[in-house]
Amino acid sequence: MRRIGLAFGLLFLWAPILLMVLYAFSADRIPFQWGGWSLRWFAALAANERMREAAFLSLRIAAGAATLAMLLGSLAGWALARFGPFTGRTLLGGLAGAPLVLPEVVTGLSLLLLFVLAQGALEAWLGWAPGRGAATILLAHATIGLAYVAVVVQARLATLDPSLEEAAAGLGAGPFTIFRTVTLPLIAPSLAAGWLLAFTLSLDDVVVASFVSGPAGTTLPMLVFSALKVGLTPEVNALAALVLAVAALAVGGAGLILARRANGAG
Amino acid sequence: MQRLLILLPPLGWLLLLVAAPLLILGLIAFAEAGPGVPPFIPPLGWAGGPVWQGSTESFGTLLADPYYLEAFLRSLFTAFVTAALCLLLAYPMALGIAGARPSWRLPLLLLVLLPFWTGFLPRLGAWIGLLRDGGWVNGVLGLAGVGPLRLLYSDLALHLGMVHAYLPFAVLPLATTLLRRDRSLEEAAADLGATPFTVFRSVTLPLSLPAAASAFLLVFIPAAGEFVIPELLGPPEAQMVGRVLWGEFFQNRDWPLAAALALALLVLLLPSILFFQRLGRRG
Repeated sequence: MRRIGLAFGLLFLWAPILLMVLYAFSADRIPFQWGGWSLRWFAALAANERMREAAFLSLRIAAGAATLAMLLGSLAGWALARFGPFTGRTLLGGLAGAPLVLPEVVTGLSLLLLFVLAQGALEAWLGWAPGRGAATILLAHATIGLAYVAVVVQARLATLDPSLEEAAAGLGAGPFTIFRTVTLPLIAPSLAAGWLLAFTLSLDDVVVASFVSGPAGTTLPMLVFSALKVGLTPEVNALAALVLAVAALAVGGAGLILARRANGAG
Repeated sequence: MQRLLILLPPLGWLLLLVAAPLLILGLIAFAEAGPGVPPFIPPLGWAGGPVWQGSTESFGTLLADPYYLEAFLRSLFTAFVTAALCLLLAYPMALGIAGARPSWRLPLLLLVLLPFWTGFLPRLGAWIGLLRDGGWVNGVLGLAGVGPLRLLYSDLALHLGMVHAYLPFAVLPLATTLLRRDRSLEEAAADLGATPFTVFRSVTLPLSLPAAASAFLLVFIPAAGEFVIPELLGPPEAQMVGRVLWGEFFQNRDWPLAAALALALLVLLLPSILFFQRLGRRG
């Protein structure tokens, strides 16, 4: 019974995706119409300059936002997990949790209003203000990513065995040495997971980016969204097949590393 | 001192990029729309001292025009149906994962999460291609002598897309809770002569209720403000809050009204959000 439920759920999740990947290799101009095997849509995708530019912009924003999110989010997670009760803890926890539960349109609109006011203020004081675009998207995505990293790192720190750090301290290690040789290696996987989460969230976001961006910053999701609005192009299928291949390789690779490590440890 | 160095960067960042924007949003909701860039008159002016020149006009519009009330009701209803369907699908999936052989559990969980990394938009693209008038589903139906049916831009397409997008969010909390559950309780109930169904109803189900509530809210909260899925798959006349807000902002350039809509959505969702956070702290 539960197997049937699981199989049905997985089928529902995967059937549209697998069909889309299959038809990415179809020669027909109309998506989801079989016209024989072909790689022409992958070639068309590679030749599409706007798509390529948007993809590079998105990757740059995602990498920058994820790195900022990892640095700031791990500090927030550390403070929440290790500082005990302190003034401002509720404030920090509440603010760090807010992007997780705010609807995207609310996050996007409120950040845009901040950026517009900041631009106005800069214009009044300096006579010049930077335009909105990649930089404002990066700030917005770093903020959302920060919230996710803080949760992941806080959870990891809370389950850490304190005896390991105590043992290092007992052996005469200073606080910095303890952090570098004991704590950091132990939380490194959650830092990596947080970075990856922030990176994928940034690559996937269209709503917040559309709000805070200016005329100069068109990310890949914004481009795909406008393509989907006027009708589907087979290039989107090809793009989805590529993204899935990369994601599957990454997950499969991580799984292999984990399995090997587990074997090595056992 | 050291603690301040750790605390200040994230706290400063969050005050500037989470707290300040929300305060500004609340303020602009009380602004008066006007020509110019940005298209509103700041509610707080300065004429030798602070002067209040705001208005509650936007909230008046929200309450007076049934268009907005309908959008809110439709959003909450759609989010509720989506969350309920996700829970209904996710529960047996999570039971299946928790009941699988240990070596199968992680791969199965990854199989649930991997669609999440395929990208949100391409997955919607798949539904567009499948449900279009000349699309794949209509092709299959045509072989059976049915149709063609108008499937895309309908409530059916909207709900399919919503459930498909949010299902992994519902499976995750349920699967982790069911995996970690103490099985000795179920074994004890079985030893005392309970049938499998009674064991499930009186032990497993109550044990997993907080996780089920988490799963429901994890879908319900973002779904209520969803913009992209109704825009790409839903019926054009079906206005939901996300779409209405987007339209007021980008097409009508009525920023105060958009801010008032955002504020109203936030207030409506606040009980769910607070309840969700309480569940998280206990679990």
